Amino acid sequence: MPMLKVENLITTLRSGVAIVDGLSFDIAAGETFALLGESGCGKSITALSLLRLLPDGVANAGGSVQLDGVELSAMSEREMRAVRGGSMAMIFQEPGLSLNPVMTVGQQIAEVLELHCSDRDSPLLANEQRTIELLEQVGIPDPARRVREYPFQLSGGMKQRVMIAMALAGQPKLLIADEPTTALDVTIQAQVLELLRDTQQQSGMAMLLITHDLGVVAQTAHRVGVMYAGQIVEQASREQLFTQPLHPYTQKLFAALPEMRRRGETLAAIPGSVPPLGSVAQGCRFASRCDRVWEQCRVQSPQWIALADGRGVRCHLYQDRGARIGEPGARGEEGAFPVGEREGADEGCSIHVPRSMLLEVADLKVHFPIRKGLLQRVAGQVKAVDGVSLAIPRGRTLALVGESGCGKTTLGKALLQLVAPTAGSVRLAGGELVGLNARALRAQRSAMQMVFQDPYASLNPKMRVAEILEEGMSALNIGGDGAARQVHIDELLEKVGLDRAAKWRYPHEFSGGQRQRIAIARALAVSPQLLICDEPTSALDVSVQAQILNLLKMLQQELQLSYLFITHNLGVVEYLAHEVCVMYLGRIVERGTSEAVLRAPKHPYTQALLSAVPRIDGAGVARIRLEGELPSPANPPQGCHFAPRCAQVNDQCRRVYPEERVISAEHAVNCHLYSKSDGCG
Amino acid sequence: MSFMPVILWSDALVFLLLAAGGVMAWSVRRREHLLLPWKRVAKNSTAMASLLVLSLFLIIGLLDTCHYRVALPEQNNGEAVYSPEVLSLFDKLVDPLRIHTEKTYSAPLAVTLYAKESMTDAQGRIVRDYPRLQYGGAHLGEVTQRDSDVLKRAILGAAAGALVGLLLIRVGRRRIPQRAVLVFILVIATVIGAAVNVAAVYHLLGTDKVGQDVLFLSLKSIRTGLIIGSVTTLVTLPLALFFGIAAGYFRGWIDDVIQYIYTVLSSIPSVLLIAAAVLMMQVTIDTHPEWFDTSASRADLRLVFLCLILGMTSWTGLCRLLRGETLKLRELEYIQAAQSFGVSSMRILSRHILPNVMHIVLIALVMDFSALVLAEAVLSYVGVGVDPSMISFGTMINGARLEMGREPMVWWALAAAFGFMLVLVLAANLFADAVRDAFDPRLSRTEM
Repeated sequence: MPMLKVENLITTLRSGVAIVDGLSFDIAAGETFALLGESGCGKSITALSLLRLLPDGVANAGGSVQLDGVELSAMSEREMRAVRGGSMAMIFQEPGLSLNPVMTVGQQIAEVLELHCSDRDSPLLANEQRTIELLEQVGIPDPARRVREYPFQLSGGMKQRVMIAMALAGQPKLLIADEPTTALDVTIQAQVLELLRDTQQQSGMAMLLITHDLGVVAQTAHRVGVMYAGQIVEQASREQLFTQPLHPYTQKLFAALPEMRRRGETLAAIPGSVPPLGSVAQGCRFASRCDRVWEQCRVQSPQWIALADGRGVRCHLYQDRGARIGEPGARGEEGAFPVGEREGADEGCSIHVPRSMLLEVADLKVHFPIRKGLLQRVAGQVKAVDGVSLAIPRGRTLALVGESGCGKTTLGKALLQLVAPTAGSVRLAGGELVGLNARALRAQRSAMQMVFQDPYASLNPKMRVAEILEEGMSALNIGGDGAARQVHIDELLEKVGLDRAAKWRYPHEFSGGQRQRIAIARALAVSPQLLICDEPTSALDVSVQAQILNLLKMLQQELQLSYLFITHNLGVVEYLAHEVCVMYLGRIVERGTSEAVLRAPKHPYTQALLSAVPRIDGAGVARIRLEGELPSPANPPQGCHFAPRCAQVNDQCRRVYPEERVISAEHAVNCHLYSKSDGCG
Repeated sequence: MSFMPVILWSDALVFLLLAAGGVMAWSVRRREHLLLPWKRVAKNSTAMASLLVLSLFLIIGLLDTCHYRVALPEQNNGEAVYSPEVLSLFDKLVDPLRIHTEKTYSAPLAVTLYAKESMTDAQGRIVRDYPRLQYGGAHLGEVTQRDSDVLKRAILGAAAGALVGLLLIRVGRRRIPQRAVLVFILVIATVIGAAVNVAAVYHLLGTDKVGQDVLFLSLKSIRTGLIIGSVTTLVTLPLALFFGIAAGYFRGWIDDVIQYIYTVLSSIPSVLLIAAAVLMMQVTIDTHPEWFDTSASRADLRLVFLCLILGMTSWTGLCRLLRGETLKLRELEYIQAAQSFGVSSMRILSRHILPNVMHIVLIALVMDFSALVLAEAVLSYVGVGVDPSMISFGTMINGARLEMGREPMVWWALAAAFGFMLVLVLAANLFADAVRDAFDPRLSRTEM
């Protein structure tokens, strides 16, 4: 008997367009079912439909939801209130926004307790006790003190733990986790996922995990439903799905993941983007993006085809009961390319022919003063970037990796002189940038441009694409007269894979991926030699991310661009970067070729970071548990910054910041564990 | 030429505003994404109904803004001599209302004065009775016929109005989808029809102390109210926009200075400031009578100065709002992208920030309008508002206030000013609400 049984759930807009279209799945007690899909496919609306918390204008149009044998859609609103937070609880994506900032953590948990499991005899005392127990259960240190703290006193990971504690307070039979770790760093993500797994094992509740991240699915889920445009297109156990995905969409999702072994290849991006709601009237919703499409797909909507052991798929390819399983296209075929032949040649030239350096940064510091008191006296410094040196050769990619708050983005802006560096030097093609006045700097601007993280915030909504692209040229007075610039704009749009007609349209008419293409075109408009890419794909779906990565790679080959790639996605680093710098609290702790750093990480922090990344193959890198979180850059620890969280810490680490130790020609690390004698291998 | 067009200062400013509005509307029409919220406004029936009322007021105000002076019959050395009285198209249109002044107070629809007077009757005896009005109901033989005559005229007028309304509906049905708005057009047309037909021979809202028709005064007050509401924004807008955006974008000492200025300004009691400024200006005007060729231009200058002073004291709210929004916008990535191109600060302000705060400006303006109309009434009541010779809601109320105490009470002047102002401000507020909702990105837009 499943704990949750959803049958033919349909949720529509008021206009009748279905957002969730005939969803059926069930979850047994103690099982984790993952809904996997790109943004806009209806995952979150599914979760809200289960809780009957749909936003205005969206309504449940049919289907049945049974929790532990009780039909939810027939319940009155009053009865439903007892279910929410009681037998069914939800964790939201953004921990910073889901806690009330003016209530203490204890009060917020106690609120749930009072509603759903109040002890009649001595409610207040019992609740306090229970709150502390709950906080202890979710691994919050010193819970008796934390109970009285406000959300702003907690870090992101802690807030998500509190959210989980609140969800657990009602002793739910079903826990819905909507992208529970998307807003968190990998190391924190690993902690939270582990916590979720542990609590599930203890309490035996069912869990519905909503995510877009294949890695999270691989680590946490027992069974997986792949959603596309409001429908589940494939359902299988985790093992089945990861060894042999059936639906072409699932296969493409796997193929689109950037990984080390795909270096030098073009990623198998899915063309286009998810169709808008209600735009596909007949036929398969994936037909327009599928490379195995045939006539029937465009005419007839595929039916759900149930296969052996609980699997199922919605695709015409499997009409004759799975006869086609194992044919080409399944994942087994992927990765057959020899890992490094092309790439080896590529790497070789970097070692033997020293390339000229395009960007050289020496001992760059960006400190922000903390002012206090009536007279605004400087009371301290936030050392966002604290003595960073790096160099990028022409036509190469340097990846800057680190958790949020380590100063990556500030470093990027300091390179562009958007933030004034406190000290150090930035030399672009030999010319010093630090200390230049605005006029002299403008002459250098065209050589270095930035691509931003959020394609929705990086384009001015009130300007047309042509105006956006022309802005840089007119500001820097390049690109000739008006007509010449228009020709250049057409070329740019073509180069980034957009239609020429796009130039007379406004940003809001484009999808996220297309916007990012426009943002890249804008940067390219002034013919830069160096692009600083600040997490350019983190706001995009996997399939679109692959398109953008392919584009960046193609542009690099074509235009000999150098990239400084700021990211926390190690898959992207493996795929794209030639060299890697790992940053921790404003300093670079390890540097080297991406091969060396990612295959044989030396610094304990790099090792922990790499082990925290959920791998889709589930390959057994023993996870190194990182305790705690990034310390404040206003008050960095004595000695090695990483010492308080390091498992291999010794006395020296706590006293002295380690010098750079050279491991090999292309690998260096700042760590006391590698003394000079055993370096230089 | 038998007349000479006159453009007073406030007229020029109104035309300037109209031109600006026209240019903005034209540029919005060409841009789909800017047009979208306006289409949402057009879908809202409350908004369209209040817009209808507002445009009626606006038409009256505009007609009242086209001023001219009539040539007098005598000539001075071959040059035409113009009357010192400045009239407007609206005055011409409702000429009977303007000219038909009684001796003193008369109640709405009355045919006699409000107070008894000693009169000599046909036999030469002196009697104390209510004298007949010179114009109001003068066509009636007997006072007792009045009720039936008023009713007849009202019904006839309403019928004619309804007919016009139906015609309008027939024409406009294709373009206006909301039933409510169509019904509203019919209702308004009927009311106007009835009012016009009755007002032709009666004083619909009575007369005031000097016998002027109160309906005429109320209609004339509309222009004053509209000018106070809109011309003031001409003063507030540049100040609020420039200072607000500059403070938010540049931060640092510029922000500090601007913040100090508006904090200080908003902590001075504004009535005090306005009173001082108006009195100073009054003295200046009085000592320089040679500046003005007509009394209208003198009153008008005072009105323009009042707008100026009101504007100087009321830009702080919008400025604070814009500063906050700019603080948010300047951290957005498209601003940083522009900075990394080396785009100049002024260009970033005008191309990137200004268009993205325009919706706030618009909402604030529409919401401020009604507050300013009310502020004028209060200031004129206190005695520091418009020139006493200028007809406005404030002067009407001020004139009527003493009569509230007498017995029997003269209530109609106050009631008329109250009613007209209520309708105007309510329509403006309802419209502002609809505009704010249409521009609010947080409201879910599932209807699209």
